Amino acid sequence: MSQDITLNVNGESHTFPADPEEPLLYILRERFSFNGAKYGCGLHQCGACMVLVDSMAEFTCLRPCGSFQETEITTLEGLAKDGKLHPVQQAFIDTQAAQCGYCLNGMIISAVSLLETTPQPTELEIREALNQVICRCGTHSRFIKAVKVASGKLNSKS
Amino acid sequence: MKDPQQLDTSRRSFLKSTGNLMIGFNLIPLAFCQTKGATNENPPYQVTPLRPHIDNKLIDSWIRLDAEGYLTILSGKQELGQGIKIALIQIAAEELDISPDRCRIINADTGQTANEGFTAGSNSVEGSGKAIRNAAAEARLYLLKLAAQKWKTKPESLSVENGIVKSPSGDETTYWKLLEGKYIEGTVTGEAIPKNPKTYKYVGHSLKREDIHKMVMGESHFVHDLRMPGMLHARVVHPPSYQDRLVSVDLAEVNAMPGIVKVIRNGSFLAIVAEREYQAIKAWTKLKSLGVWEKSPIDILPSQLIGSIKSSSGKPEEVKASPGIEEVISKAAINHQAEYFRPYQMHASMGPSCALAIWEENLLTVWTATQGVYPVRATLADLFSLDEEKIRCIGVPGSGCYGQNGADDVSGEAALIAKELPGRHIRLQWMREDENKWEPYGTTMAFQLSAGMDSEGTITAWDTNVWSDSHSTRPNGRAASFVSARHLENPFEFTKGGFSAGSYRNGIPEYSIPAKQLHLYNYSGPLRVSSLRGLGAYGNTFAMESFLDELIHKAGKDPIDFRIKNLEDPRAKAVLEKLGEKTEWKSRQKTANNGFGIAYSRYKNSTSYFAVLAEVEINKAAKSYRLKKLTGVIDSGLVINPDGLINQTEGGMIQAASWSMLEEVNYDQNGITSIDWFTYPILRIMEVPEVEVYIIDRPDTPPMGAGEAAMGPVSAAISNAIFDATGSRIRDLPLKAEKINWEIV
Repeated sequence: MSQDITLNVNGESHTFPADPEEPLLYILRERFSFNGAKYGCGLHQCGACMVLVDSMAEFTCLRPCGSFQETEITTLEGLAKDGKLHPVQQAFIDTQAAQCGYCLNGMIISAVSLLETTPQPTELEIREALNQVICRCGTHSRFIKAVKVASGKLNSKS
Repeated sequence: MKDPQQLDTSRRSFLKSTGNLMIGFNLIPLAFCQTKGATNENPPYQVTPLRPHIDNKLIDSWIRLDAEGYLTILSGKQELGQGIKIALIQIAAEELDISPDRCRIINADTGQTANEGFTAGSNSVEGSGKAIRNAAAEARLYLLKLAAQKWKTKPESLSVENGIVKSPSGDETTYWKLLEGKYIEGTVTGEAIPKNPKTYKYVGHSLKREDIHKMVMGESHFVHDLRMPGMLHARVVHPPSYQDRLVSVDLAEVNAMPGIVKVIRNGSFLAIVAEREYQAIKAWTKLKSLGVWEKSPIDILPSQLIGSIKSSSGKPEEVKASPGIEEVISKAAINHQAEYFRPYQMHASMGPSCALAIWEENLLTVWTATQGVYPVRATLADLFSLDEEKIRCIGVPGSGCYGQNGADDVSGEAALIAKELPGRHIRLQWMREDENKWEPYGTTMAFQLSAGMDSEGTITAWDTNVWSDSHSTRPNGRAASFVSARHLENPFEFTKGGFSAGSYRNGIPEYSIPAKQLHLYNYSGPLRVSSLRGLGAYGNTFAMESFLDELIHKAGKDPIDFRIKNLEDPRAKAVLEKLGEKTEWKSRQKTANNGFGIAYSRYKNSTSYFAVLAEVEINKAAKSYRLKKLTGVIDSGLVINPDGLINQTEGGMIQAASWSMLEEVNYDQNGITSIDWFTYPILRIMEVPEVEVYIIDRPDTPPMGAGEAAMGPVSAAISNAIFDATGSRIRDLPLKAEKINWEIV
């Protein structure tokens, strides 16, 4: 059952024995001790478990880890560069876009993915991109604001 | 002031009985001790030593200065995502004149903090905030007296700036130097007068929450993120339905699965423990298919609920009587009667409940996201017939709960499992279906309202009948409040305690009406229930403010003017006036496709005032509607953190919109069928309305809890807006478009 798996996570290649059927989420939380991706439903319905896979926001709570080989995985932990937060992370702090915060991983990952393909999204595009992530506290309006702030910052830089 | 080594008699005798015991407990890992790294100016925070809580009256129970350069605050209230940490820090920082970035807070730990019951009912700022404000003021006076003694001057002549005490003649020292490593031994006597709000420099400002920084970085924050040495992963296989009993199960196959450490069966309580989380989940899936259960069907089905509730016609509780009110109503120039209904609704926490537990030499430690560490400890004591002193419950944030979700049950179960594997940390997380099927829901309720008006449109009488199940079956020291305690070989018998006050919360109108009556019928329904945000206020306000809208429509009056005219409290009038002003109510653009709805309530008839406007847009061809915008005005007295108050209120408005438009628990005779996000959909961001919140700050009045204020009014405002748009009145929640009579639109 167990075989060597190679995953590229946050810019580093890791090879380790694992059951290739094991969903990536549990590898990230146990082997890598990451906290960003979370268990929310185990059904690809809520987005708590999301990571970037080749810049696309993808679920990890069901999809086997073996299928992520030969992709570039970026987790919430890999967004900050050289000690500096990603503009989306910073915007979530600046707009205080959280209540309990359990959905933040999915929201931030989805927002980063959106801004890579669509640097100046409309509000509708922001809503569409974040719609796969559930938030129970009702913090949605702040997420929209945070993505707009991040988009503004990214575009003023370039 | 005393040396911590030289304890006074009472403290020494206390430590003799429990102090050694405390040493035997696990300390919370450093990652959870508020250890923010050193900034440019601040020294590194030395973790404050663990001292057991002794007495609420000691300053030391709330305020500690033993970490050099830092203030440590202790609160019995838990951070639930409502921002209580920063609010309490602001209050203490204000009284002691210490910069908030030099403050740390320890929340809800039976090993350290005061017993403040449950973090519920929007009471934390009112309760814990007040205690901390008073203790901080006493601490400041105590320290100033020390300095005054040293410099032979008067405490009143001294000033403080970020923990540095100064005298007019140029002497300078710090709080920490004054204490010389000892701790504040005084009590909260009431001698110290808290600051005048006019001089506040931290309270009233939107300071940022530190935990959001941790969350966006993916740092350890939730109970789900705790990792202990040698920790094992557990899952519980719950019965398929409430009363089902486990007849037999073949454990051999699961025992042989990779990584399985133990399979536990105790009556109908079935659990597995594995080395790794995925192994536990695989075993859980397998074990679910192997159990042979004796089924016990649910006897009252959803279609029978309303009938069942109304037939529970035992003698009602006479909450407010008005003899002869029926006659006043029947003889009134205009009279009206209507019935409303609220279904079972879920907390539906995004992260299924999780807890950690370990047994070491007959001492139990549980890391829990409960709203009440002390009540859970008392309940664990009953479950294991153990002295409470041998149990420590450490509160750690969970996924937002909004009342009693699965957090308490999972804590009890983790302890049951850990008992089978002494010396090992057990991490138990519920699966999504466990949370949806086993959390105690917000109860279904029914309402029958009747009222009379005179020809001028003044309400003369208002009569309310409420039918409701309990709004609290929280842990209360009896083991059976943990759901799995009822499934054990020797089961604990569950009896519902009375908590009818929650059922008629906001049931009696605040409006000036000469005759008011409320009768409550206690109903015992088929599903498990307990506290959900706002308790009965949600349903009662939905019914009341919808019914009022019906009366206003009959009388041909303006919904804002009518409310203002019939309320006496100037603060109640003010939120409605401000709402009218901010939304340009009088000049609103009514078209064939939109509608506007107003609602108001003062939560519990005694705390925050909240008024709201809902705007909907209908699509007649598609027979659908969309909630476009919610605008709210809130007055919760003195505002500690304006952005935090806005955040809580926005969240309450959106969550209430979700409950009201979409949510009801579905089930059949075999059990709950709302088992995931497809079968229990909630509002997603595509459908979330624009929200706008305005605050009326009242610095001269006490702060009041605000987290639950929006729930009821939002439900009625949406219903009233749908009526305004369509002429069709929906009286049973949720407000689904198919319930609109599209024939008349």
